[in-house]
Amino acid sequence: MNEPFVSPAPPHRDKPPRTFRSKIGKLARFGFAGFCVLSTFAFLTSGMSTPDASTPDASNPDAKPQRSGNGADDTSDFPNAASVSFSRGPHAEERLAVQQTIHELWESRIAEDQLETAPPADWLTVCRRLSLALVGTGLSLEEIRKLESHPEQERVERHRESLLSDPRFHDYWAERFTRFYVGADEGPFLVYRRRRFRTWLSDQFAAQIRYDDLVRRLITAKGLWTDRPEVNFYTVTFDSGNGQPDPIRMAARTCRAFLGIRIDCLQCHDDFLGNVSMGDPLWMGGDDDFREGTQQDFHALAAFFTAAKNEGLQGLKNRTPNYHYQYLDADEEVEVQPNVPYRRDLLDASETSTDLNPTPETDSPARDEDTEETLVSLNASEQTTPAEPNQTDERNATEERHPTDGPPPPDQWNQRRRLARWITHPENVQFARAFVVRAWTLMFGSPPGNAVDDLPLNEDPNPIVMTLSKAFIDSGYDIRNLIRMMSDMPAFRVDSQSGEGDGAFEVTERHERAMAVFPIVRLRAEQVAGAAIQSSRVKTLDRETSFLLRFQQYQEEQDFLKRYGDMGEDEFTRDTATITQRLVMLNGKLTSDVSKWNPILNTTSHVGMFAADHAKVVESLYLATLNRYPTPRESEHFVGRIEEGNGRKNAIVDIVWVLLNSSEFAWNH
Amino acid sequence: MQFSSTSVCNPIEHWSRRRILGAGGGFFLSSLARRLTIAAEQSADSKKPPMSVIMLWLEGGPSQLETFDPHPGVRAGGDTSAIATSLKGLQIADTLPQTAEQMHLATLIRSVVGKEGDHERAVYNIKTGYRPDPTLIHPSIGAVLCDADDAGSDIPRHISILPGGSPARGGFLGAKWDAFKTGDPRSKVPDVTPRVEDERYQRRLADLSEILEPQFMRRRLIDMQSNRTLHMASTEAARRMMSSDQLSAFEVTNETAETLEAFGDDAFGRGCLAAARLIEVGVRCVEVTLGGWDSHVNNHSLQTSAASRLDPALASLLKRLEQRGLLDSTLVVCGGEFGRTPRINTAAGRDHWPHGFSMLLAGGSLRRGYVHGATSKSDEVKDAENHVADPVQIADIHATLQTALGLDPTHEYQTPIGRPMARAEGRVLVECLQG
Repeated sequence: MNEPFVSPAPPHRDKPPRTFRSKIGKLARFGFAGFCVLSTFAFLTSGMSTPDASTPDASNPDAKPQRSGNGADDTSDFPNAASVSFSRGPHAEERLAVQQTIHELWESRIAEDQLETAPPADWLTVCRRLSLALVGTGLSLEEIRKLESHPEQERVERHRESLLSDPRFHDYWAERFTRFYVGADEGPFLVYRRRRFRTWLSDQFAAQIRYDDLVRRLITAKGLWTDRPEVNFYTVTFDSGNGQPDPIRMAARTCRAFLGIRIDCLQCHDDFLGNVSMGDPLWMGGDDDFREGTQQDFHALAAFFTAAKNEGLQGLKNRTPNYHYQYLDADEEVEVQPNVPYRRDLLDASETSTDLNPTPETDSPARDEDTEETLVSLNASEQTTPAEPNQTDERNATEERHPTDGPPPPDQWNQRRRLARWITHPENVQFARAFVVRAWTLMFGSPPGNAVDDLPLNEDPNPIVMTLSKAFIDSGYDIRNLIRMMSDMPAFRVDSQSGEGDGAFEVTERHERAMAVFPIVRLRAEQVAGAAIQSSRVKTLDRETSFLLRFQQYQEEQDFLKRYGDMGEDEFTRDTATITQRLVMLNGKLTSDVSKWNPILNTTSHVGMFAADHAKVVESLYLATLNRYPTPRESEHFVGRIEEGNGRKNAIVDIVWVLLNSSEFAWNH
Repeated sequence: MQFSSTSVCNPIEHWSRRRILGAGGGFFLSSLARRLTIAAEQSADSKKPPMSVIMLWLEGGPSQLETFDPHPGVRAGGDTSAIATSLKGLQIADTLPQTAEQMHLATLIRSVVGKEGDHERAVYNIKTGYRPDPTLIHPSIGAVLCDADDAGSDIPRHISILPGGSPARGGFLGAKWDAFKTGDPRSKVPDVTPRVEDERYQRRLADLSEILEPQFMRRRLIDMQSNRTLHMASTEAARRMMSSDQLSAFEVTNETAETLEAFGDDAFGRGCLAAARLIEVGVRCVEVTLGGWDSHVNNHSLQTSAASRLDPALASLLKRLEQRGLLDSTLVVCGGEFGRTPRINTAAGRDHWPHGFSMLLAGGSLRRGYVHGATSKSDEVKDAENHVADPVQIADIHATLQTALGLDPTHEYQTPIGRPMARAEGRVLVECLQG
């Protein structure tokens, strides 16, 4: 009865000694634990998600593409030329009509200048331009292989549509727009949250907000900067005043960001250099009568922003404007009434339906209750009793006047709303023009004229810009539609090099100005970083990427930007690479990290390990880094390098280093 | 709400200045013109070394009361005592005993006034002489100097050692004048050493120049390399720097142990020593950053600690430049973005105070052994405007420094926004220059 529950095991002489068994057991346990850790690490870093069945194996360089050409040198008959298709996306019919007009304008300009045009660029080049413009990187090998599984004539459009719905696009454009809305600096402590503002902008782009809605939200923003991120558009100026919005900075920023007009010098004196002409241009339905800008123009605009008051924990609120200023050579300060510098007839003009009601299309911009409250009640029935100066007047923003009361005197309206309405009025084409030029600059890397945000009223707009601006307004300020229109333009699809044989000609800056060739434009710092990091991964780095990898990507990018230099708000400045920047690319950590042999993470080693032959290695590295196929000469040369006997791994790493350090990598083309 | 016309730019001052300039004559202008002529003559004399600047940037806002403008014996002065200096009649804080022995070499301005109380904006203001402007990024003093005389050298002529949050920038003069950033000189200079052996590196460069670049230039923009990308030219310049003997100027460990010790053998001290060595090989502007001055709590101990690192480095730097005959051709500027409040807060700290703080200047044609301006010794500063005697605007300091460097501060740049912009818009402090 007292038998033990477990009888002791009889001794077996044949079995290995206990210490040996114990060691084997330990080894097995540690081995298993190690396997688990490695698997987890691999899962976290590379992502072992189930691949899309329709996607060819991106890591397999031998995947058979559906392409008809073979490399940059084989474009004599342009078998890869990206054709323009209008079948995708909304507004396709309207875009086709616009495209026809733009094509004619483009051809007539080139004919006028008696220039030859470059042939259409191949689809990979156009897709690279799109990726750089919309997400700030080149294409991944995964994206290229996926596109190659589709018919060639569909690839550009497929890629564009894919990018337009990609969160990377929302984030990337949000950062670009944040820079010119509120700057690149961290701004005042506590009362300003730049990252929150950027995230909000990203959400707006994801929700496909109308551009005019977005701007009205910014100008009429109210509440706390923490729960109403758009308020940060105002709070970024709190550091130059007494905890209140700075109307002078707000006026300068608003004019530049939304209207593309620099009127800063009018703050101190009237224009005497002919730099700032005000008037109602003919191209905007005016009488084309211009005058020199005055201090009054600037300060009357600034007066609108005194209608915003910070009420501490209640945040930004509306109130009656109260602005005084002592003009140059004046003896005393005078009260300045809010007014706009041109097209004053639009300031209190009745609203058109297109301005306030988005078209009910499937991709029409999202609206919410707040938008309605802020934007829609812009009619003559919103008269309120004027508040005492320096008192907040929230009634202006919410109460409606009885229809029989008639229109209110303009000075009693909510002044910020009044300004927002004027800026975004469909007849204020300068508003659309400014955005088109901004978007053009992002798409091409450089503006269509000399400046991004200095578009004088007395200077006739580029006819193509004008056509796009009107189409942008007609589409309901649909940002995506504008991008589609721009990427369909012949100027965007044309190659940056002349044709061969009979099509050869000497490419000059005149060709670039006339858009007969695509301009050679230096990549911005974040594009260099983004393209380099993406080239080191076979799979696309996006929100599906593991957290660890995205964190690593963020760190690498920040470190790189610190060394390479970020131009901040002036990111479109045309400048050549500095010696410091060349050193960062030649010897820096990022170049080393993305080119080194890393079997878990890097394209270099994946391609080196799995490509069928050396030619495929070279091809895959070119595709991942430069987003093109190598020429036969390049392929032969680098295959020779791999076979030279200096070490296969080293040779492959060296190829990536050379590609990363080429001007082709660092410049859009 | 009332808005002063001086909130960003005072048009009345602006225009009266222009009118003064237009009218010509007067003591100020004749004096300035004479100094500019002397400066021009000096620069024309090829035997004289080119002018250089060493900026000791005290990041965070050093307290004037714990450094160069102590007020012992009153509540605002806190626990800091004053000590005599080599300049008769001048006392500075006891936190800077070695610097005190070199004050006969320096011009001390105790009445700097600014309008920016936020770190980021104030740093911009002090480094460029202009308040932040959303339309334009102004160049720092080093970029202005390099741009005025862009004679080449193997290594960048504008260098920031231990760069803080806002290293000096080229602004609208171009990224080429952005400071080259490097860390503690004890470590290797970043990015100048190839990561592979030379033979392999040369092979890489050959592939770049013989295979990739010709392919990219093919049938594209004519003269793309020489007129647009300058890719191979900048690569060549980078290679020159990588093999330049001038890089050895960073290697402060070649100095004797005594020298290292004299500068204070920490990162900032080594940075100052490297700055002196870099000036000797032809670098035009070196910025060395020392943090730790933002003392909202525990002001006295934080300021004392930071000053203990500043003191040996600053004193040794001045002494070395003077001993080697370089102080006449090198300006030393020591200061931060603003000062700190006379009032000590409840956390025993001092807050931001742009209404009267100190900067030390030395070298070039600046007067030696001179003190300009003063701050009130009153315990309670009720009126910041009247707290300072002989106030000096930040733009005035830039105009003065540029004059001391032989540059004309009224020279106008044509900025990218089409607006002419003077190098500095302040007045030259003639009294701070040698007669």
